[in-house]
Amino acid sequence: MRHLLSAGDLSRDEALLILDTARELAQVSGRSVKKLPTLRGRTVVNLFYEDSTRTRISFEAAAKRMSADVINFSAKGSSVSKGESLKDTALTLQAMGADGVVIRHSSSGAARRLAGWVDGAVLNAGDGTHEHPTQALLDAYTMRERMGRLEGLRVAIVGDILHSRVARSNVLLLSTLGAEVTLVAPPTLLPVSVGAWPCAVSYDLDEVLPKSDVVMMLRVQAERMQAAFFPSAREYSRRYGLDRDRFARLPDDAIVMHPGPMIRGMEISAEVADSPRSTITEQVTNGVSVRMAVLYLLLGGSESAIGN
Amino acid sequence: MSQTTTYLLRGARLLGGHPTDLLLRDGVVAAVGAGLDAGDARVVDAEGLIALPGLVDLHTHLREPGREDAETVASGARAAAMGGYTAVHAMANTDPVADTAGVVEQVWRLGRDAGYCDVQPVGAVTQNLDGAHLAELGAMADSIAGVRVFSDDGKCVSDALLMRRALEYVKAFDGVIAQHAQEPRLTEHAQMNEGVVSDRLGLAGWPAVAEEAIIARDCLLAEHVGSRLHICHVSTKGSVQIIRWAKSRGCDVTAEVTPHHLLLTDDLAESYDPIYKVNPPLRTAEDVRALREGLADGTIDCVATDHAPHPIEAKETEWSNAAMGMIGLETALSVVQHAMVDTGLLDWAGVAERMSAAPARIGRLGGHGRPLAVGEPANVTLYDADATREVDPTAMVSKSANTPYRGMRLPGRVVATFLRGVPTVLDGKIQ
Ligand SMILES: [Zn+2]
Repeated sequence: MRHLLSAGDLSRDEALLILDTARELAQVSGRSVKKLPTLRGRTVVNLFYEDSTRTRISFEAAAKRMSADVINFSAKGSSVSKGESLKDTALTLQAMGADGVVIRHSSSGAARRLAGWVDGAVLNAGDGTHEHPTQALLDAYTMRERMGRLEGLRVAIVGDILHSRVARSNVLLLSTLGAEVTLVAPPTLLPVSVGAWPCAVSYDLDEVLPKSDVVMMLRVQAERMQAAFFPSAREYSRRYGLDRDRFARLPDDAIVMHPGPMIRGMEISAEVADSPRSTITEQVTNGVSVRMAVLYLLLGGSESAIGN
Repeated sequence: MSQTTTYLLRGARLLGGHPTDLLLRDGVVAAVGAGLDAGDARVVDAEGLIALPGLVDLHTHLREPGREDAETVASGARAAAMGGYTAVHAMANTDPVADTAGVVEQVWRLGRDAGYCDVQPVGAVTQNLDGAHLAELGAMADSIAGVRVFSDDGKCVSDALLMRRALEYVKAFDGVIAQHAQEPRLTEHAQMNEGVVSDRLGLAGWPAVAEEAIIARDCLLAEHVGSRLHICHVSTKGSVQIIRWAKSRGCDVTAEVTPHHLLLTDDLAESYDPIYKVNPPLRTAEDVRALREGLADGTIDCVATDHAPHPIEAKETEWSNAAMGMIGLETALSVVQHAMVDTGLLDWAGVAERMSAAPARIGRLGGHGRPLAVGEPANVTLYDADATREVDPTAMVSKSANTPYRGMRLPGRVVATFLRGVPTVLDGKIQ
């Protein structure tokens, strides 16, 4: 594995290696010594063209816990916002000797383009409406921790699939790992060729919920309403929101996930978000472990992840 | 350029047929036949080469005035000559837009001064391509440039009433509206063909229906008002079917297809390399098949390059920020050979019809697209169909290098181009 650009690039074995490594690292993080020497002397650049404090902090924490030097290169207030091209920024990073670049960008494919211009490993932290592979990995990790397995797990992903990089990465990764994914959305928020994706599709959330072990709610942005993807926030909530009544239709041990940031009252009600069966805060914790695992596997070379 | 006025092309295969000699003197074909006496003519060994009437492009972006960093009329005309062209239609979306007699005359003069091929300006349909107010079409038609083709290319004339008026108005001077068929609302922020690949790549889709709906509407409009309509860069199977249907009803519609839509498909976007970003976008293999069939059976009348030069920085960027378009003048004939001739879909007479005679007819260029016969203008392209070459962007005569065929092996090579008996290309080199 040289870069992590798409969840679809991961074989089943590679994906499982990441999840297993993340678990090992999580156990170490749980002990008192939080810092590992594994990536000492390595430089990781966080190149964020989109505001995403939570993702940036997660990657920063992951890199620092493994003793890497971290440089945050955010678009705001840097040469990037003065119109410097991605390629010129890439050449700067290259000159700085970045071993790894974590990139978040509003353009689909930006991570792939960057990988063509730098020697270091490129880690896609979300590119436009394309993919967000570490989010899918941390989601899979969370599901496996909670449910004990991924093979055969029934996962419903609900919301704006069309514009969601989280959905794309999850469909690819979960199908590789043997889970059964069903996408649930109004037809306007599904890609036209979704029938070719390795998953099932439904327009009816109530019908899918009783047959789901995991339900993942995606954020729906208000601007979709103006573009006539659905008539109103109220109608969307009524048909696709996860409120208390719908929550009751889930099997007793099913869990509720959300990649955040969530809009309480729109796609998920506050009481569901705060229920013990919601994994929303665990997802944040697991995100650091999974990103540590990915950075280690991309940059760490041959030493053991734990270094003992 | 060479001052020699008499050339004897020895042993050329006229339209790919039997070898014969062609004598070019004083700008016309002076004699045709085997074993012609050279006299004082300079002899060009054309053994094994195919002689075609000089190619005519209905759709070329020369970028001047405004973006001379990407291309100038002179550099584009040289690129055209290298591709075997003796006439090109310069699209109107320059800066300023070619929407007045003044601008079209400027472009026309730049072309004449460069001398590498005839540069026939296309006039904008609407002022500044605003889609709302008709440009002075009559003034452009009456100008020294003698504009007959009008197009807002780059933008669609999407207002149905304005399109109707434009179609009607240009009848007064035998003009034609060349429509860039793209329903604007259906293609907001569109990045590539909408389908399996765009959905996977997370790039906003440009659905086939956005092209087909406009073509259907405009064919019906043209039929209703009895006007001439030309469809630019047809890219989908559905468009071919609609045009076939419209022609069967007697609608006076003509259509073009680009070389890239005859060869390349949307899966090339998987690399996110915007060298493959173009408008209309690359489509599917099924569309490519239908376009080839449509070109072969005459539903699509001609090949037009949509040569669209861009500076390097416009393509060395993220896909969604990159400019749309690819250069094509210097590779068009090779791509057509590869897609149409080597596949058995067209013979060389068919190529001559679709790359020279038909576009000249549609553009009303009397001096081009004529048969290679005595007394006709000596616009000739000599082509070596047996050659192969690896496309090298840095070797392009065009000022820009944004060719999607980079590194591909393509058949054929233009050996010589004659414009009214004067070589613009000889021994494969620009003169
Ligand atoms: Zn166009």
